[in-house]
Amino acid sequence: MKVPDAGLRRFPWSPSRRRFVQGVAGGLVTVACGGWSRARADQRDRVLSGRAFDLSIGETIVDYTGRKRRAVAVDGGVPGPLLRWREGDGVVLRVRNTLAERSSIHWHGIVLPADMDGVPGLSFMGIEPGGSYTYRFTVNQSGTYWYHSHSRFQEQLGLYGPIVVEPRAGERHPADREHVVLLSDWTDIDPEHLYATLKKQSDAYNFGKPTVADFLRDTSEQGVAAALASRRMWNTMRMNPSDLADVSGHVYTFLMNGATPASNWTGLFERGERVRLRFVNGASMTFFDVRIPGLKLRVVAHDGQDVEPVHVDEFRLAPAETCDVIVEPSDDRAYTIFAQAMDRSGYARGTLAPRAGLEAEVPALDPRPLLTMGDMMGAMDHVAHGLPGTKGMEGGCGASMAGMDRAAMGHAGGDGRVAHAAAEYGPLVDMRVDTPRTNLDDPGIGLRGNGRRVLTYADLHSSTAPIATDVQREIRLHLTGHMERYVWSFDGRRFSDAEPLRLRHGERVRIVLVNDTMMTHPIHLHGMWSELESPDGTFLARKHTVVVQPAQQVSYRVSADAIGRWAYHCHLLYHMEAGMFREVVVA
Amino acid sequence: MKAMPLALATAALLAPAATAGAQVVAAEHASHAAHEAGADHGAHHAHAAHAGTPVPQEQDAARAHAHGAAMPAHDADAHESSAPARGAVDTRPPPGHVAPPPPAVPMHDMAPAEMVEVMGMDDRARWSRVVLDRLERVDTGSGNALAWSLRADYGGDVDRVQLRSEGERSEGRVQHGDVELLWSHAVAPFWNSAIGVRRDVGSGVDRDWVAFGVHGLAPYWFEVSATAYVGGDGRTALRVEAEYEALLTQRWVLQPRLEVDAYGKDDPAARTGSGLADAAVGLRLRYEVTRGFAPYAGVEWARRFGRSATYARAHGDEPDDVRWVVGVRLAF
Repeated sequence: MKVPDAGLRRFPWSPSRRRFVQGVAGGLVTVACGGWSRARADQRDRVLSGRAFDLSIGETIVDYTGRKRRAVAVDGGVPGPLLRWREGDGVVLRVRNTLAERSSIHWHGIVLPADMDGVPGLSFMGIEPGGSYTYRFTVNQSGTYWYHSHSRFQEQLGLYGPIVVEPRAGERHPADREHVVLLSDWTDIDPEHLYATLKKQSDAYNFGKPTVADFLRDTSEQGVAAALASRRMWNTMRMNPSDLADVSGHVYTFLMNGATPASNWTGLFERGERVRLRFVNGASMTFFDVRIPGLKLRVVAHDGQDVEPVHVDEFRLAPAETCDVIVEPSDDRAYTIFAQAMDRSGYARGTLAPRAGLEAEVPALDPRPLLTMGDMMGAMDHVAHGLPGTKGMEGGCGASMAGMDRAAMGHAGGDGRVAHAAAEYGPLVDMRVDTPRTNLDDPGIGLRGNGRRVLTYADLHSSTAPIATDVQREIRLHLTGHMERYVWSFDGRRFSDAEPLRLRHGERVRIVLVNDTMMTHPIHLHGMWSELESPDGTFLARKHTVVVQPAQQVSYRVSADAIGRWAYHCHLLYHMEAGMFREVVVA
Repeated sequence: MKAMPLALATAALLAPAATAGAQVVAAEHASHAAHEAGADHGAHHAHAAHAGTPVPQEQDAARAHAHGAAMPAHDADAHESSAPARGAVDTRPPPGHVAPPPPAVPMHDMAPAEMVEVMGMDDRARWSRVVLDRLERVDTGSGNALAWSLRADYGGDVDRVQLRSEGERSEGRVQHGDVELLWSHAVAPFWNSAIGVRRDVGSGVDRDWVAFGVHGLAPYWFEVSATAYVGGDGRTALRVEAEYEALLTQRWVLQPRLEVDAYGKDDPAARTGSGLADAAVGLRLRYEVTRGFAPYAGVEWARRFGRSATYARAHGDEPDDVRWVVGVRLAF
């Protein structure tokens, strides 16, 4: 089906812009249309539990903005049904594909045999149109996870849903009630068109760029010299400090459990109850900053894995991450669950309430942040020495260091600069960070010093011991890209340019990621846990998706105990498509 | 499971050294370890029931504190053995992780084309872009003309075919214009080389050229293109273009641009003289209704120099001209 380009017909002064951000009440349309499965609103909150599941991938029609659009869904729901499994159970999932194109389902964060992982081309051949595939595996973990398509842009079109695995031994942090809160981003624009637009003009959806008016304001406040100086590096490097999200609320409607902000998903509680909220970010491109004004959030699990509880006001959730919090609403009133996009271009919103139909005040969006010099250059102590970041920009020194000396790489805050792969000096990489910062106690752009206690990776302390108790080998990879050309890669090589990363079965490696871009990337390794480490190498928490902020270095251990071919990629959907993907082979 | 007795033993060992809070945690962890090892469910329920009562804030604080206290002990352990082999001894229960069995059906290797097809992922996909930067009505004083400037390209991230054309049409015919077909190759992060051909059309003699140049994004976001041309009879030419986009707001864009043409020798038939031949400086204010549709108005000052100006006068053209333009910028 050809989806018309909403962008070309929408005038900025028309009310539809507002409607796009807020959405309209409703969401799923109840009309059956030739060939499309019937979508019902109640399918949105459907729960399937047990050991055997029959799922069907198909087209459905949704209406989030007043315009009907084609979506791709599991069992006709966006999101698909909540799958509840039990730790230790063998599950069988028969997935039928009624689409006219190949499809797949990947069980994100679940440890399983490679042929059950659902990545077409690496795990299996995908599910042919009209065909089916039966996934069988034993679930040896518990927690909050999710599933999504790993075929083309089907995830953006609605093919995702939550998974909850109940622990055999009971919850470490019991609650009286729980809700899954799945956040996602919807666009009326055909994702193919959206991706093509990013290739042509990577800032097409950025409506927060610095303007002449901003410059004039800065000159009057700081003087001409200061205003020019603060822009000098950005302009020299041809980087945009407002580049926080490639796709913004300009074309996205942000959803909470498939409901627009206007239709207000509501989760019920009784006063005094401990309510566990299982947050899942099922968005294709959007980082959400989540808070519930009036409630402290007790974070008890991250990426499905229990962590020592920590109380926060707010947390940032990257695409594919999950976070479990327990709240204890003490008043008999409604509370707003507010999840603003990192670029502050919109929000998802829902309500916790003692009764249906209640609403609480919805906070205003925070001011739109701009990236800082630290986001560009990493370790700020190096900034004083004459802007080293710029030297690495273009042309620059062509030397690539052969050694892998950890001490010389600034891993432990050494003064050595990191080495870059030769391919990073090619035309498809627009910047390199020579002195990345290693601290994890940074909540990220837009959350620093906002007066609220915000979760950081430094707060995560696993409740259990690490799988990889030692490290035998260190692998360093840089997250690279070119914003203007809209090309993304590891070590300057797109997926198609790169050889697989090979791990010996049974070896335990440390992967050190250095983010040489100005964007934040959630990096997901399939098949094996990413055991996040503090800068000094202490195990922090077990994760399936690790966020690396601009100019940051993050390390984690991987126990290569899962034989097979695995995907390793940025979980921003269009970054993955544009090359930020590697195959990992464990043999 | 093997790690469980170890964890218990460690917990017991560390307990005297740690704070009372740490003991609580260690004991709790040991209890969890027991669960994961499949200990009796009676104990589990007892634990759950205990934890299931409303959790007072103090207990949470104690937990957090205990954790903080436990960590240094754990770190001290790690320091005894040489880094990076840390965490060999951990007070926490084992992760309960079970490595998955190998795939029953390993995936075969595929040719890149099949891989792209099966994965639905193609970072080498070719894509196209058409930008009609100027499509405008020019008030020439004596009447109206239609001017255009087009850039279209197709290809991958590195190699692209580029079609460029610009010119002006009035009185029912193209007065002057050119079409270029180039191979554009990414040579540096913000720069591409271009090699191709150009054909001039319009009044005077049509000339054909071989073109080579660079185009890209200069510091401070100037879009720059510099192309040298070699034609027949030892003719040479140079064209430099630069554009800037100043955002007055997110949708009002002020675009100054400069274009300069120079030639190596006189070509009376084509009405171009050697040296700097002409320059155009334009200022256009557009409103981006969408990224692909932006009406604009502006002014352009065009001037011919030297012998080019003489040739122009001879043909009744004004060599120095300020003209108002109204048009639309299209991109798709």
